[in-house]
Amino acid sequence: MQSVLDIQHITKEFIIGGEKAPYQSLREVLSNPFNRKRNGANLKFKALDDVSFSVQPGESIGIIGRNGAGKSTLLKILSGITPPTEGRVISRGRIASLLEVGTGFHPELTGRENVYMNGSILGMRKWEIDKHFDAIIDFSGIEKFLDTPLKRYSSGMQLRLAFAVAAHLEPEVLVVDEVLAVGDAEFQKKCLGKMNEVSRSGRTILFVSHDLSAVSTLTRKCLFLERGKVRCFDTTSNAINQYTSTQARHAIHIIPAVPGRPTVTKVELITSENGSVHGFGLPLGFEFEIEMPEAEQRNMALSVQVFNHLNFPVLYNWVFDIETPILRNKGTNKIKLEYPALSLYKGNYYLRVHLAETKQKNKFQEFDCCPFEVEMLNRKEPEWGWQENVCQYFDTASWMIGGQAAKLQSPQQL
Amino acid sequence: MSTEYIIERQHRFSLGLKELIRYRELFYFFTWRDIKVKYKQAALGFLWAVLQPLLMMMIFTLIFSRGLNVHSEGIPYPVFALSGLVIWNIFSSGLLNSANSMVTNANIIKKIYFPRLIIPMSAILTALFDFCFALVVYIGVILYYGHHTDWLRVFYSLPISIILTVLTTFGLGTFLAALNVKYRDFQYVIPFMIQFLLFVNPVLYSSKIFDHGWLVWVMKLNPLANAINISRGAFTGMPVDWEGVGLSFMVAMLIFFIGIYTFRKTEAYFADLA
Repeated sequence: MQSVLDIQHITKEFIIGGEKAPYQSLREVLSNPFNRKRNGANLKFKALDDVSFSVQPGESIGIIGRNGAGKSTLLKILSGITPPTEGRVISRGRIASLLEVGTGFHPELTGRENVYMNGSILGMRKWEIDKHFDAIIDFSGIEKFLDTPLKRYSSGMQLRLAFAVAAHLEPEVLVVDEVLAVGDAEFQKKCLGKMNEVSRSGRTILFVSHDLSAVSTLTRKCLFLERGKVRCFDTTSNAINQYTSTQARHAIHIIPAVPGRPTVTKVELITSENGSVHGFGLPLGFEFEIEMPEAEQRNMALSVQVFNHLNFPVLYNWVFDIETPILRNKGTNKIKLEYPALSLYKGNYYLRVHLAETKQKNKFQEFDCCPFEVEMLNRKEPEWGWQENVCQYFDTASWMIGGQAAKLQSPQQL
Repeated sequence: MSTEYIIERQHRFSLGLKELIRYRELFYFFTWRDIKVKYKQAALGFLWAVLQPLLMMMIFTLIFSRGLNVHSEGIPYPVFALSGLVIWNIFSSGLLNSANSMVTNANIIKKIYFPRLIIPMSAILTALFDFCFALVVYIGVILYYGHHTDWLRVFYSLPISIILTVLTTFGLGTFLAALNVKYRDFQYVIPFMIQFLLFVNPVLYSSKIFDHGWLVWVMKLNPLANAINISRGAFTGMPVDWEGVGLSFMVAMLIFFIGIYTFRKTEAYFADLA
């Protein structure tokens, strides 16, 4: 079958001049008209370096990689916003891109007017918008405020309206950047559902996200970019596996405090070894620092999940204020959780931390952090070695053969 | 399979007309947005579009006619000033809007692709919309003064004036819009430029004061001066200087193409620079 997208040797170079702004001042040019290399610091930076891959019709491709790996640049090139320095893209269908929700939204215009404005900027014809108008409003759930200026909308309403417009685009190829990172969990679910629907209808989606579980549910294939180069283009689970295993192992995760809002500002993972490597069966600790805007705030809840490389949760633990008083002090509160002997099997894992308030059901934070690796360190190896992906959890058990205890199966320490 | 699109570095120059036609509805939406936003928060709304030329006319009449006793080719000075101002306003607000349009719409440019020319073009369409209101004032003032008017001449001279003005405005506007993305200095240069040009063009005074050899030629080549003279002639009875119209039309076309050429050459990198 002919591919719908052919990306051929795409390279994108940026010229970086240190701290200089990307636009120039006329004075700089006038004062030195013949010197093309101004400031002597004309460094070239390759945001993308010889990237090639092709996409079959109906395939959904995830694009993953660390910040600065070139994901957004690739999407910008595919959307036609910026040209590649070398190479080319052949597309056999219309590409619509959604790099931001609500591009072209204007606060002074009403909801109705913004639907038309945004829709036409996204490449919809007026009759298409007319056709989908009711469906868009229905999806967004803002029909009461249709003729209210956008500036009176809550940010959640704006987001729902924006996504509703984008969801009704009908291009052959849809390019989506990390637009789902905003919005509450319910909304995210709705968006993912819509995107799933789109991909099942035979259209192609290119999807960038840091949310690996979203990538793994939406896509079968993934492009893993590293420093502008294709590290691998493979099945999603293989690509994600490679990605998590190369992620920088920051055992400490720092988040800036949000004024007036409870915030987990620091998560530290205390593994048995350096470099976020943890030995099987050894004590594992999690330390949290939580910034509280005021004292005596009730009903707070902190919970932590451990996910495996396939984004399945394998471990969960929590502490609720209604059971055990926590986070009652203004300023920094410290909480520690420790597993005395964690029996997670070898593999790659990461944490997901939730901070919430149980009474009003406010979710303050939910984020992934602290990837770590469990290794069967100093354990007696079985005949065939410690194989990968055979289990998540391993514990002592005894085999009885013919009523007789034959073997105690346990990862014995050397 | 549907059409093939190729995304790569542009080596050859093209106007991209096909694309502009495909995205034609965006002209309407951008213009419509700018007009809506411009008048939405104002209590007087569209009345401003009428008041603005009226107030300008009154101020200039006060200063130039009463104060300085400027020669107005034998017609009432308010009619004289307004005949220049309606044309001048297309140019000044069109130029200001279009030259800044790429910077003000930078957030859109960085996130979505569409032919970039639509933005400065819509900015000028917005100025033309205001012109329609000014025209009402203009006709009202003419009728009020009851001056002898060659209406047939108004009918054919106004479109010629508008074409000359729009071509010039568009050329200069796109040229400056492209430079503005790269060199933000132009944000400060443009208002000065417009002020300067107001006094260089025969908006508030008669072009007859230029009677020296080379100055006459400058006026003949100047599309704005010709645009003003030709529409003003319907009242003053000054014959149409067809030679000047022809020459300045060529100048206007030249400005138009230089503007579009510069814009098209640099537009691919707007998203990187903005």
